[in-house]
Amino acid sequence: MDTMRERFITVTTELLTEDPRTALVLADISAASFGQAQQAHPDRVLNVGIREQLLIGVAGGLALTGMRPIAHTFASFLVERPFEQIKLDLTHQGVGAVLVSALGSYDWPAGGRTHMSPGDVALLDTLPDWTIHVPGHPDEAEALLRHAVADGDRNVYVRLSNHSNHAPHHAEPGRFLTMRQGSEATVIAVGPMLDAVLAATADLDVTVLYASTVRPFDAKTLRATGHTDVVIVEPYLAGTSNNEVHQALADLPHRVLGLGVPKAEHRHYGSMDEHLHAYGLDAAGIREQILKFTTKQQPKQQPKQQSKQQSR
Amino acid sequence: MTTTYAELPRLMGRMTGAEKHGPAATSTLDALWVLYDRVLRGTPGDPDRDRFLLSKGHGPMAYYAVLAAKDLMPEEWLDGFGGYDSPLGHHPDRVLIPAAEIASGSLGHGLPLAVGTALGLRAQGNRAAIWTLIGDAEFDEGSNHEALAYAGALGLDRLHTIVIDNSSASHAWSGGIAARFAAHGWSAETVDGHDHEALYAAYTTPHPGRPHAVIAQVEPKN
Repeated sequence: MDTMRERFITVTTELLTEDPRTALVLADISAASFGQAQQAHPDRVLNVGIREQLLIGVAGGLALTGMRPIAHTFASFLVERPFEQIKLDLTHQGVGAVLVSALGSYDWPAGGRTHMSPGDVALLDTLPDWTIHVPGHPDEAEALLRHAVADGDRNVYVRLSNHSNHAPHHAEPGRFLTMRQGSEATVIAVGPMLDAVLAATADLDVTVLYASTVRPFDAKTLRATGHTDVVIVEPYLAGTSNNEVHQALADLPHRVLGLGVPKAEHRHYGSMDEHLHAYGLDAAGIREQILKFTTKQQPKQQPKQQSKQQSR
Repeated sequence: MTTTYAELPRLMGRMTGAEKHGPAATSTLDALWVLYDRVLRGTPGDPDRDRFLLSKGHGPMAYYAVLAAKDLMPEEWLDGFGGYDSPLGHHPDRVLIPAAEIASGSLGHGLPLAVGTALGLRAQGNRAAIWTLIGDAEFDEGSNHEALAYAGALGLDRLHTIVIDNSSASHAWSGGIAARFAAHGWSAETVDGHDHEALYAAYTTPHPGRPHAVIAQVEPKN
């Protein structure tokens, strides 16, 4: 199976041929893989070199002329480094682009903190009207990329990762999929966190929702579960979507647990699996945290009845 | 009915309440006037129009006065300058002003956007000219250097940059600003920023296969 990033290269090469409105802007990363596309469309495959402010500025300029730019590099250099360009050259100009990142939060831990971007979604959350897709499988990445490019002139972020679920689950973009129904709580698994969440909750009486689009946030499907205890497991900064859950349940007493990558610097190299374990994002870690959260809500049968009697 | 250059101080007065303006407000006035009066072609909304992207969004009174003088926006808008319901802020917003190609204010965004605009028009076979205007202190921003190196390397010959040089950069550009552009393959010349004929000649200098920079020198800010 190819990776999401490899699929992005295949699909974008096709989109450039299919749709003359599309233009690809690169900052050296992945440029070698677009050699053929560059030869076929020299005016629409643009590698600006290692210049990420310009990467976004050029995308904004292309959009001002009516084109549909796709800008790509690692998440750290696509969102964090040129963040003001995203704010001003896209959102404030009133134009749109598709930003496609790679490496995410922990894809290359041996590369260290400089190549980790757990804050990308939280940063984009400070801006209005962004669609954010977090595919969990290369097939989903393809579907969401095609949807993003065809999504009018909206600003869309597609967050690609080497972290992937074993099988694709195709949701309508913007809708959560119900993977399992239970009676105690709802657990939302975002993108590549699904396999671990399903393993963690295999014998728990919880509803599991799968989210491959996190903005806009599918409050309707969350509310339809009927639960007011919600755990959301995200492959980026822990708690990034807590406020979305709070807004979805604002009129109800509710509790939210946001699991994800911790904010603290984690000065270890190693592998993705080692990092997921250290962050408590492997199946065992997720299970432990879910149990702690749901147990608090539902103390053992005995004391619960006693307290009821006392209160009467 | 268009207005003459002589009436620009009156138009600026509608924003500031004064007929006389200091150098900061007028440093761009002649460069903008010559550009809009004699060089730019097309009107807002026309796909083949030349584009002017005001990057140096600070002190936009001269820009607004020229737009009003050229009937590119209602003169009455000038009166509300900076007011809550006015489309005219102390930094321009393209969403509020149809004739403004970009919103600006934060420095160092116009030239990269102009490069992207030049590339977008080129990809669509559109030969319209793209102009942007920056300041010599704005030139400090690294994003400009990303843009000018790339535009020079590609030889984007529909791209033009006006640099208003009022010697306000904290650390002066040793060797001059034109040399920076020339080093990256741009055509570049330096002229008196108040001399209309010199500005026009510099704006219309042929520059085949290369982007073009005009450094317009005006009186020092301090």
